[in-house]
This record gives sequence, C-alpha cells and structure tokens, in this order.
Amino acid sequence: MKLINRTGAFGRAAARVGFKGFDGAPHLILFIITLISASVLVAVAAFLIFGSLQAFNVIGPVELLFGESWRPTSFFNQAFGMLPLMVGTFLVSFLASIIAIPIGLGCTIYLAEIAHPRIRAFLKPAIELLAGIPSVVYGLFAMLILQGWVAQVFGLQHGYVALNGGIILAVMMIPIMVSLAEDAISAVPRELREASYALGATRWETMRSVVLPAAMSGILAAIILSIMRAVGETMAVLMAFNQTPILTLDPFSGVQTMTATIAIEMGEAAVGGLHYSALFAVGVVLFVITLLMNTIANRIMSRYAEAYR
Amino acid sequence: MSSIEVNNLNVWFDDKQALKGVNMTIPEKGITAIIGPSGCGKSTFIRSINRMNDIIPSCRVQGQILVDGKDLYGPGVDVTQVRKNIGMVFQRPNPFPKSIYENIAYAPRIHGTRDKKKLGEIVERCLRRAALWDEVKDRLDKSAYDLSGGQQQRLCIARALSIDPEIVLFDEPCSALDPIATAKIEDLLEELKDDYTVVIVTHNMQQAARVADRTAFFYLGELIEFGDTSQLFERPENELTENYITGRMG
Repeated sequence: MKLINRTGAFGRAAARVGFKGFDGAPHLILFIITLISASVLVAVAAFLIFGSLQAFNVIGPVELLFGESWRPTSFFNQAFGMLPLMVGTFLVSFLASIIAIPIGLGCTIYLAEIAHPRIRAFLKPAIELLAGIPSVVYGLFAMLILQGWVAQVFGLQHGYVALNGGIILAVMMIPIMVSLAEDAISAVPRELREASYALGATRWETMRSVVLPAAMSGILAAIILSIMRAVGETMAVLMAFNQTPILTLDPFSGVQTMTATIAIEMGEAAVGGLHYSALFAVGVVLFVITLLMNTIANRIMSRYAEAYR
Repeated sequence: MSSIEVNNLNVWFDDKQALKGVNMTIPEKGITAIIGPSGCGKSTFIRSINRMNDIIPSCRVQGQILVDGKDLYGPGVDVTQVRKNIGMVFQRPNPFPKSIYENIAYAPRIHGTRDKKKLGEIVERCLRRAALWDEVKDRLDKSAYDLSGGQQQRLCIARALSIDPEIVLFDEPCSALDPIATAKIEDLLEELKDDYTVVIVTHNMQQAARVADRTAFFYLGELIEFGDTSQLFERPENELTENYITGRMG
C-alpha cells in the first residue's frame, strides 16, 4: 500500500470530496487546471451551437447545409446555402492533398530509409521548421509570387484561383506529414528490418513489404492530421485566391472556403442577425469535420500502437 | 554443403576494432558454438558471416570469409545473394507483423516464387522442419504475434529455412526464452545439424556444452581457442579459456 500524504486545506478538501489517491494540494490544483482546459472544448461547442440556433431555425437545416447559393448580403435574393463553401473547402483541400501526399511520402521515405544519418539530421529539422512559419507568410508568398507562376504556367489572366490555394496549402501540409510519418516509420523496430535483410531482401523490398505495412496506420494518421491542417487553414487561403462562393470543382476558378467565409464576413454581419448566426453554423460544421477527422486519426494511431504491444 | 573458412578477419566500428585477425575453419554440418564474455565480438563474428554488419554505416571489414571457396567479401559480390544462401535467427523473436503463412512465404516470394501451391508446400515444409506445423496448421492466417515467444522463435527458424540455406546462423536464439521453450529450440538444433551447417552464438556455456559439436572461445575480439566441445570444456589448452569456463572470468 502506498502511503497517501494529505496536507494543507486543499489536500484535506480533496480527501473529503473523495479524490482517493490524490496526493494533497498539488494534485487537486493540477486536476482543476486540466479540467478547465478540457472544458474549453465543451465551451467552444456550446458557444457555436447556441450562436447557430437562429440560423438553423429560420433557414432550416437542409437549406442551410445543402443549399446551393451563399448570398448573405443580397437584398432581394438573400440565400444561406453552405454547400458552395463546403465544396470550396473540399476542392482546395483535395488539390492540396493530391500535391502534398506523394511529395510528403517521398520525403518521408527518403528521410527514414535512404538518407545518410548525417543528411537526415540536417534535413528533418529543416522540414519541421517549415511547420513553424506563420501562415500569413505563406499567404504573402502565394499572393505575390506563386500567383504569377500559376497564371503563367496555366495561361490564366491571373493566378488567384483555387489551385493557387491548393499549392500553398500543400506546402504547409508537407512538414506536418513528413514529421509524423517519419516518426511512424522510425518506430518500426530495427529487428524487423534485419529479419528482412537477413533473408536476402533488398532495401527497397524491405521497405515496401515490411516497413511500410508495419508503419501504415501511423502514416495514414499523419496524412489525416495534415489534411486537417489544410481544412482549418484560413489566412493563407484568404490571401491566395479570390473568395467567391461559387459552387464549382474547377481548380482555375475562385471559390470560398468555410474558414475564409467566417473571417471575411464576421466583421460585416450585424451582431445577432441571421447572417451572423449563419456564420456560427459554418463554424459548427467546421468543428464537426475536424472533430471527426481527429477521432479517425486517433483510432488509427491506437491500433498502430497495439501492433507493437 | 558448405564449410566456412575465415581468413584473417578484422572488423572495425569507427576506430574501435571488434574482431582482430580471426582465422578459423568451420566444417560443414554439425553445430559450432561461439562463446565468450559480453563484448568479445561473438555477435560481430556471426554477423560477418552473412554480411549483416554491412547495414551499420560505421562498420569496416577486412579479410576473407570463404564459403564453398568463394569469398563473401570479394569484389563484385552481391550482398543480397550472400544473405539469400545463409539463414539467420536473432536474439529476440522478430516475426513480421503478418500472418504465420506470410512470415514464411515472404522470402520465397521476393525471390521469385509466385505459384500458390508451391508457396504452400514451402510453408508446410519449413514449419514441419521447425517443429511448429502441428501447433499452427489450423491458423496459418492468424497473426504471428498471437504465438508465444517460443513459438515465435520457432517461426523465425522456419522463416530462416524458407530460403533453403546451407548455413544457418543463430545469434543467442534463446536469450529471451524460458527454459521449456529453450529446450525445444535445442532439440530442434539437434535435428537441423544433419542437414545444415549451424553456427550458434550463446552466452550460456551449458547450452554450448549440450548442443555443440565444436566450440570456439572468443575474448576481446580474438579467437582464443577452437576445438571439439568436449575437449574444449574438459581439457582447454589456453589459460584464458580455462578461466572463462570455470567461471573465474567473464
């Protein structure tokens, strides 16, 4: 039996309210701090849901979620259909993903399995550093430089299109993906690689048939978490292309993402009005999407941890 | 069948010399045990025989190892070809996170056997050879991680046999196993020695005395003594060997 030392008022209070095994005041304080942090999640959810109730009531959930036009400020023709915004977010994130996933996985495999340790010791921190650059800096680059390249390569009048956002988001996704996926690959025990080499397998065969399958769930989680980054990004998206809520999957068109919608329109919406409430509803949808993706990533990761129990 | 002739083998890790001028000829078939205190180079030695040390960037090897008269370290030798002909079993059971079947079929498949029927035959033959078939034949599609430690190690032996080697190397194969599982592995070694040249590193002198036909004693990177097991344990010629086997050193 462990002796439990309950001292001070907090300790006695903790003992009284039945926190068995709590070790006095420090434990109670830490518990309260943690509780406050966790309750922020509940507070944010409640804040969004209460704010959006009006929109869901007046507009109706089906029209609000799947309506095809978003015209919040039109005087004769006002419409609050979120579909263009969701498709906009999807389009930009999708473009970013198809660029970032192959490049990110390529970098990961190179760093984890091919690069000399000295090269790796230099390159991996360099790539991880990219994750720390403020998104407004990426936005600036997309707005001032990348845009021109996109216009030139694809023969457009200007490059403020969804593809421009997709490219800059891909650049932002890669460091997260590489960092997490490389950790997953490095966590594959050396003994498994040795077993494969000892059977006469080449490095490539070992990587393809032993290391990657063993690390697959960690790699998938890395991909999902980096997609979350793209879905949630606001500033770089805002600066990369014209925000126009058109329902389209054309990468050479301007679109409007959910995050950008909130950022742009919150300032001009009358507090307590329908538009204001509809923006909260956009927030609810974003919240649900990220929560879902996070849950999926966690599930996959825990399954992966189990594989090496 | 294959004898192993080691000529003046030197191995360095960076500046540290792990093996110093080792000369020995391991005859074909039978069991040769390598004993010695920790850090004496016995693992380095066995890992030189299938060039596993090549994986470690800081490792440098000088000298010759001839198998069937061919130098494994000669110019133009393909490392994967070397390893394809020499099986290896490691200290801790290290099955792949795949099914039992896939663990055995892995190597034949990467070496070009695609035929399902043939793969099935190889899997059965190797599992029988490793005395595991009866225990797993009804659950070949189950994860290898569901097996006990001893079963996993026998699976690893079956996997090492799947490449149809003539030499099988065991690097302290029982160090992570309980006595019962160890006894099963030792029985298995007895059975394998008629068909394979078996080299086993062990930190357990009793194990060497029990299973090995010949024993080599390494100390500080040098081969001190090599001879018949009974002779080495009963009438060691070198004082260092005597000190080690009587427990005065190591």
